[in-house]
Amino acid sequence: MTRSQPAAAQQPAGAPPKLEVLNITKLFPGVVANKNIDLALNKGEILALLGENGAGKSTLMNIIYGLYQPTEGQVRVDGRPVELHSPRDAIDLGIGMVHQHFQLVPVMSVVDNIMLGSESVDRGLLDRESVSAQIGELAERYNMPVDPNAVIEDLPVGVQQRVEILKALYRQADILILDEPTSVLTPQEIEGLFEVMELLRNQGKSIIFITHKLKEVLRVADRIAVLRRGEMVGEADPAAVSQQDLASLMVGRKVTLEVEKEPANAGEVLLQLRDIEAFTDLGEHALRGVSLDVRAGEIVGVAGVQGNGQTELVEVITGLRQAAAGSVLISGQDMTNASPRRITEEGAICHVPEDRHMYGMVDAYSVADNLVLSSYYKRPFSSGLTMNEQAIAQHAEELVARFDVRTPSVRNSGASLSGGNQQKMVVAREFGRPIRLLVAAQPTRGIDVGSIEFIHSQIVAKRDEGVAVLLVSYELDEIMALSDRIAVMFHGRISAVLPRRDATREQVGLLMAGAGVANEPASQ
Amino acid sequence: MNQPIPASAFRRLGGRYGNTMFIALALVAIAILVNVTPLKEQTWLRVLFGISALNFTLRATVPLVLGALSGILCERSGIINIGIEGMMLAGAFGGFVAKTSTNHWPLAASLIFSVAVAVAIGGLMGAVHALFSIRFRMDQIISGTVIIIFALGTSSYLYNRDAIAEGKFSSIALPGLARIPVVGPVLFDNPPITYLALIMVVVVHVALFYTRWGLRTRAVGEHPRAADTVGINVNRYRYVNTSLGGMLAGLAGAFLVLEAVGQFQEGMTAGRGFISLAAMIFGNWNPFGALGAATLFGYTQALQNELLLAGVTRVPRQFISMLPYVVTIIAVSGLVGRVRPPAAEGKVYETEGSQ
Repeated sequence: MTRSQPAAAQQPAGAPPKLEVLNITKLFPGVVANKNIDLALNKGEILALLGENGAGKSTLMNIIYGLYQPTEGQVRVDGRPVELHSPRDAIDLGIGMVHQHFQLVPVMSVVDNIMLGSESVDRGLLDRESVSAQIGELAERYNMPVDPNAVIEDLPVGVQQRVEILKALYRQADILILDEPTSVLTPQEIEGLFEVMELLRNQGKSIIFITHKLKEVLRVADRIAVLRRGEMVGEADPAAVSQQDLASLMVGRKVTLEVEKEPANAGEVLLQLRDIEAFTDLGEHALRGVSLDVRAGEIVGVAGVQGNGQTELVEVITGLRQAAAGSVLISGQDMTNASPRRITEEGAICHVPEDRHMYGMVDAYSVADNLVLSSYYKRPFSSGLTMNEQAIAQHAEELVARFDVRTPSVRNSGASLSGGNQQKMVVAREFGRPIRLLVAAQPTRGIDVGSIEFIHSQIVAKRDEGVAVLLVSYELDEIMALSDRIAVMFHGRISAVLPRRDATREQVGLLMAGAGVANEPASQ
Repeated sequence: MNQPIPASAFRRLGGRYGNTMFIALALVAIAILVNVTPLKEQTWLRVLFGISALNFTLRATVPLVLGALSGILCERSGIINIGIEGMMLAGAFGGFVAKTSTNHWPLAASLIFSVAVAVAIGGLMGAVHALFSIRFRMDQIISGTVIIIFALGTSSYLYNRDAIAEGKFSSIALPGLARIPVVGPVLFDNPPITYLALIMVVVVHVALFYTRWGLRTRAVGEHPRAADTVGINVNRYRYVNTSLGGMLAGLAGAFLVLEAVGQFQEGMTAGRGFISLAAMIFGNWNPFGALGAATLFGYTQALQNELLLAGVTRVPRQFISMLPYVVTIIAVSGLVGRVRPPAAEGKVYETEGSQ
């Protein structure tokens, strides 16, 4: 892809950068989130800010957007030092931010959300018509069609994001901060976003694009800045670096991006799903006749955009949600709507849940107690009436060593661990007992690259032991890296099952967006 | 292309005006039919839909709708207000004290002054509730309960049994309109606070859905962080709205003392604050919905009265007296899961930087 206009051409020679961050330090109690950071953003460029979770990217952006006050340092816009005490100040200076979690009111219309805080008022009443007209103009100019009267909660995620960008443009932002904008999108939507970003850049806007995905950085950025543990560790030219270089810069050591694994040696069917129907708590039809087999010694990856029934599928298999119809067979035994304990014990199944704080661990419990959550009632941990603290502690010491859970001691609370170590703790508990079937939902969500590497290798090791693995992930890269077969979920159905070797990213991406599915109403 | 109509479109149609409005409109239609046709010769129909029943309905509805509007203002901004009962009672007592101390003034001046005092006391109680909930992060249910107990205890303790309020608001017939059959005598021949309450329904509706203040209030109650990120001061909106809500509850108290009864009695709100809450929920946090629900609850109170007076039934009076409460319980319990409260209700909002 050729860039229509070189970035440097838009920055007048000798003029100060559009936005400058000078020597910014931000301390939180006990944590240095940002340390002496310098950063400059030129007019009409896309600057990618790369870093792992917890590297301090969001903190820095929240300072620029006025949500945090820096402990030290200065922000300059067009060369002038500015005080940013609230988002209002940032908005007035032409800074707009698209937050990772959209800041849209779900029950309100597009026009209400866009004008909120900068309303157009005519004789005391909201002037929705003139705002709608302005939205229409912006939408046309930047090629982001949207119906101003649609209600946010009815819109697909990609369109909601468009509304967020329009919201910033409506406030006449020249500087746009996009915080992890691609994490909720399908590959096709991501490409659409990149085209919008390039259009914005070519019309003179300056964009800071925050991400931890290397491929995207190389695709769209004009310049790359890398943050690690709160410090700026380097800048790079996307034309001159490789993904491998960036990964090493980001993590601080050499990392393997590819998961190394042998071809699968699939055996008998261990998990057999037949025509499963299920509903969400709100009564929405979440699973519409899902059938799937998972064999011993293979990893079946379930790809799909979040909210297409993956959560409910995992819940039905693990006994956390009732199936309205259909059957679940584990190792040939009928486990449809059996209790989670029966499924865990007789099915020899282990579950790494999607939301570890909600379902995977008890934050306030010690690491040792968290590690016996699925076996606390058995000997030697329990004698029927009292707990055997010694056995629990010893068990914990073993698992912590084996799974590299970094904690000062097993008596520290689960909440005190970093996200990656919490997840390793959950994995240690689940993988540390004899199992035949592994159900892992988003096993590496929000954790550092080192922990991701470790957990991926553990999953592959389980497969090689002959465990059947069902992997649910919203990260297509993770699915592509680990799976032996890929099942794509769309609108509560498995729309396709492909062997990994026949699947391409583009093909899976299209299936995730609903291509090839008949009789579905077109969603905007 | 056949674009399916999203389910939320239906929800919002009933949502903005409230399904309860349709019930209320149906009642009105039946009432008009009965009163202008020979149907009024039927004893039962007269008891159920006669002018007297309708007048009583409106009197019972006014404090409920004001209380419900009070709740709407608070809860739309994200503060749960279970203390409407207490704010109403405090307003009633404040209005009574003001009236008894100004008995020697001209009646109109004395009454207007007393209404102002009642509204101010109600607003003060609202401000206290906001202070507890926002500044001191107290559980909003507890704070509301404190308001109720405080108002009940203080007003009973300070109540001077010998004090007598002289005079109350009397009806003002609106020229022309009052002569319309049925509707005229019921709607257009009333004392001032009744008119004011009906006007407030329209005012709050327009304010909530068509003004900048309303848009921001609803955003603050649904998604305070979204409001914060566009530079709206979340807590300021909550303070202001909770205080305004308290003022409306104070006005309901003024209605009881200065328009309906003319005197103060200990605990005279008698659960009206709670029924208002039910009306707010039943009306799906919408002014017109609340009016519909309040009318329904007011009608059951009127019915209770009319049935006992007419002596047309042999059902023991205790059962008939239960009617308003039973209807309230059925209405609210039947709606669980079908109405949608403001999403951020009851949650303290802290900006991310404030740690």
